[in-house]
Amino acid sequence: MSQIQTIREREQEIVEDFSLFDTWEEKYEYIIDLGKKLPPLEEQFKKEENIIKGCQSTVWLVAEYRDGRVYYQADSNAVIVKGIISMLIRVLSGQRPEDILEAPLDFIREIGMMNHLAQTRSNGLLAMIKQIKHYALAFKNPYESEKTL
Amino acid sequence: METLATLSPAFDVSTLRSAFPILERKLNGKPLVYLDNAATSQKPQVVLDALLDYYSNFNANIHRGIHTLAEEATAAYESTRDTVKDFIGAARREEIIFTRGATEAINLVAFTWGRTHLGKGDEILISGMEHHSNIVPWQMICEEKKAVLKVIPVTDSGELDMDAFHKLLSARTKLVAVVHVSNSLGTVNPVKALIDAAHAVGALALIDGAQSTVHLDIDVTGMDCDFFAFSGHKVYGPTGVGVLYGKKSILDEMPPFMGGGEMIKEVTFGKTTYNELPYKYEAGTPNIADTVALRSALDFVTATSKKAIRAHENELLQYGTGLLEQVPGLRILGRAKEKASVLSFVIDGIHPQDVGVLLDNQGIAVRTGHHCTQPLMDRFGVPGTVRASFAMYNTKEEIDRLFAGVSKAVKMLL
Repeated sequence: MSQIQTIREREQEIVEDFSLFDTWEEKYEYIIDLGKKLPPLEEQFKKEENIIKGCQSTVWLVAEYRDGRVYYQADSNAVIVKGIISMLIRVLSGQRPEDILEAPLDFIREIGMMNHLAQTRSNGLLAMIKQIKHYALAFKNPYESEKTL
Repeated sequence: METLATLSPAFDVSTLRSAFPILERKLNGKPLVYLDNAATSQKPQVVLDALLDYYSNFNANIHRGIHTLAEEATAAYESTRDTVKDFIGAARREEIIFTRGATEAINLVAFTWGRTHLGKGDEILISGMEHHSNIVPWQMICEEKKAVLKVIPVTDSGELDMDAFHKLLSARTKLVAVVHVSNSLGTVNPVKALIDAAHAVGALALIDGAQSTVHLDIDVTGMDCDFFAFSGHKVYGPTGVGVLYGKKSILDEMPPFMGGGEMIKEVTFGKTTYNELPYKYEAGTPNIADTVALRSALDFVTATSKKAIRAHENELLQYGTGLLEQVPGLRILGRAKEKASVLSFVIDGIHPQDVGVLLDNQGIAVRTGHHCTQPLMDRFGVPGTVRASFAMYNTKEEIDRLFAGVSKAVKMLL
């Protein structure tokens, strides 16, 4: 069986990519590019129940559990948010629920995107991570999470 | 047309700017361009000084103490009431009630006047361009009293549909509550016509002046509105203090809003009698410091000349409109004939939030989103807009930076 990269390994790849950039423009152009390249979510998934609340833009997130790993798909109508989603999916999709739950996601700070985590930004990155982890929890322990869902 | 030069030869933006310490700040390494004035305006040094002076020299609780500090604090607090009275053209000082802001002022009317004057089937008329603060309190009281909330539609240009308004008015209308200047579109509404029409059917009129008080000459007596609400922090004053103006005859017969100290005449466990205006509506220790400093803000505006400020802001608005229209795919929302200081826009294929993030990186502060007017955004079929709003201290150079910033954002995003 081929080795699946760990969350930290994937994060480090992104941090390395960002270390090449000198200006904010380069950084954002990269994120915008990621956003544009993220495959759009199929229309059937773009329903109310998949919308993450607390975002100024609309963010959809769906998750699937296969062979002990969680696979995420997401989309947004704002391209910068979509770029950030793309990075989160690259890091977290296909990982084990317990690893997702424990991931501190330091790469967001390391690439200088921490300001996007500020609550006041209401761009929903925080709400997004919360929902991603919520899914992981649900798959890890269906009974426990049913009580909180 | 009156020009800035004839109105106020002394109006000099660079001198004005030096009165606002925050304007020297850098944002993401670039000089701050603050264009979110409709959310809150920056404060001149005189306001900051007034706050410090109050706490350093005469902080005391007001109205009750017999010592010198209490007298000085009371005098300062009450002198703001006189300044507000003159600033909005009220006839009597007791018609000025201090609140936390325009939101609380509107809620006060809804839960005192509304609770005692509304009944089943009575109607309240608001408009399709109201801020949530002039929608939700009425929804709450309408639900409680089984009254009906009706909405004056907004035209494509972002003006009130006055024909529809006249058709909506009837003997069932008890109150017309409308925004003076739209925070999302900048539209200046014909409040005098609205108020007169309301009175003609026996209804009262409330004007939400949260956006207008900083830009327009306000004359509540000439307007003849029954209630007028505004927030201090949008008029270069501190946050946490606002004003409800109400006609004395109406305020006199309304019940109190909150109970507590200050608002009473006599308290026994059997019965309490209430204090007279305006104290009847100012329960508890008020926001003394911010109220005292509000006076400095209003004096600052008056000394600068409201007419000159308006002329300057109009120049900025026209200049900015002309520039932004050159951005391909950009559409300005709100093309009313009369507008004040707000440039709200959307760009084809681009989410407003993306524009806001990229402007922030260029040191430009704007607002993106629905601006607390979700029904209005639905009306125009957009999730939100990018809103640049101007104040007395903004310059054409800053508008140039906005134009360059937006152009750059579009280039990066498309």
